[in-house]
Amino acid sequence: MAENAIEVAGTVKRYGDKTVVTDINLTVHNGERMVLIGHNGAGKTTLMKLMLGLTHPNAGTVRVLGANPATAAAALRRAIGYLPESVAFHSAMKGREVLAFYARLKGVAAAECQSILERVGLARAADRRVSTYSKGMRQRLGLAQAMLGKPRLLFLDEPTSGLDPSLRRQFYDLIDTLSLSGTTSLTSSHSLNEVEARADRIAIMKNGAIVACGTLSELSQQASLPLVVRLRVTVGHTADVAERLAPMGEIQRVNDHGIDLSCPGTAKMVLFRHIAGFGEVIEDMDVAPPRLDDIYNHYMQQVQLQ
Amino acid sequence: MRATGILAVNEFLDGLRNRWVAAAIILLGTTALALLLVGSAPAGTIRAGALDVSVVSLTSLSVYLLPLIALLLSFDALVGEFERGTMLLLLTYPVARWQVVMGKFFGHMMILLAAVVVGYGGAALLTVLFTDNGITGWQAYVTMMGSSLLLGAVFIALGYLVSVLVRERSTAAGAAIVLWLVFVVLYDLALLGLLLADHEQKIGQGLFSTLMLVSPSDTYRILNLTAFDSVGQAAGIAGVAARSGFGMSLLLGLLASWVILPLTATMAVFHRREL
Repeated sequence: MAENAIEVAGTVKRYGDKTVVTDINLTVHNGERMVLIGHNGAGKTTLMKLMLGLTHPNAGTVRVLGANPATAAAALRRAIGYLPESVAFHSAMKGREVLAFYARLKGVAAAECQSILERVGLARAADRRVSTYSKGMRQRLGLAQAMLGKPRLLFLDEPTSGLDPSLRRQFYDLIDTLSLSGTTSLTSSHSLNEVEARADRIAIMKNGAIVACGTLSELSQQASLPLVVRLRVTVGHTADVAERLAPMGEIQRVNDHGIDLSCPGTAKMVLFRHIAGFGEVIEDMDVAPPRLDDIYNHYMQQVQLQ
Repeated sequence: MRATGILAVNEFLDGLRNRWVAAAIILLGTTALALLLVGSAPAGTIRAGALDVSVVSLTSLSVYLLPLIALLLSFDALVGEFERGTMLLLLTYPVARWQVVMGKFFGHMMILLAAVVVGYGGAALLTVLFTDNGITGWQAYVTMMGSSLLLGAVFIALGYLVSVLVRERSTAAGAAIVLWLVFVVLYDLALLGLLLADHEQKIGQGLFSTLMLVSPSDTYRILNLTAFDSVGQAAGIAGVAARSGFGMSLLLGLLASWVILPLTATMAVFHRREL
């Protein structure tokens, strides 16, 4: 078995004279949950298509499960699952028929279909035509076909867009269960606060390039975004406390019973010790580390949109 | 090979589900039955069995209907799946692109086969059972059925080529209509006009016959009208083609290449296509 599930090196993809993917290097380890985030048109879908062998790179190499997906044998295709953005099916077919068709193509036993339909919660609707399905049901059917044959690698292109909150949660729970059994996944998403807790690593794409990649804490260190400390101070002492804390961070807001200040992540321990030194004057304290939202915005602002 | 079979069966089942098979059977069956019954009337006078007499009229009908049915089945086959987004998913499965094309081709051919066998065959069976015309001339009739399938295959292949070359379904539909008009109507009209304008009779028999072979629908006509003497006599007009002396294998070979070349081109274009 190859060391890494996905290895993309120096990959460039142009459509006409428009460069959609610019010199991308990305490695996804076995069993990892990698999440791709980025603005519309950042190249996330194209990158996935390159990994699926649906389109060929103009330069660089793409290796998936140790093979070149563009020339890959059937064995590789049986080991991957793909849920495309806004998945579509033959609407005249019943849900069960759709899944059985894909199962036959993948060489998966028909018996597996029923248990997958139950897992995605479509068992009762399986004998209805796909044309009567809601968006959420189509998406479940999409995930069901991606799960056929217990793939080692899952590609999910915005799997939860257009789903209601409880469905989204179910969806991610399912993906988490799969990942516990060792399935590697590459998910693209716009719902930053959803993926934040469910990604092992996050890659941020912008204008066809990956501008940052790492775990959430690595990303926030790289971005060197400040964390925000919110203090509740005994009335009458705020001005004094604010003045003494000013060298340690940036005071954002002061009123008669509270202070908000931001400080770089590297300086936080110094700040905390200082705060402890005030004794009972500080009644309460909240620390808000930078969230994926903040990190994302930081990288999006850093480079001008072309 | 397995994938091709799965795709073919799926395509045929799709044809059953959306009533394509039923519609094609009814269309071919009723028109064949009507022609067989009407065609029985003059049979006595020209000493030909009802089945081979009807081959003349059925040939003229099939030359319009089968290309139409075939193009309606095929124009959407690839561009429709690109547009709906189902092709994207399909190609991530263990399926080669040529298998997608061949699977669809076999599936659509099964639909045509059902239509021709049940429609034309059923109509002939009913005529044989319920009239006293007998089964004389069944060979010509079966040849007509087989060559109709081949004609259908030609236009299915041409439809795929259109389907893989254009970017939108509506363009494919328009192109399919143009294809049908050109090969089924306009080319013959142009040949006829050429003959009429040719006062000095510069166009010889040989050149004219060769020009007819350019169009697959005319090749189909010649094949059916010359394969059996009885049909040629009943047709009366068959003289032109009959004297041309084209062998059966040449005519079949021409039709077969009209299937193979567009199919190969479709697979080549599809293979290079980026999704």
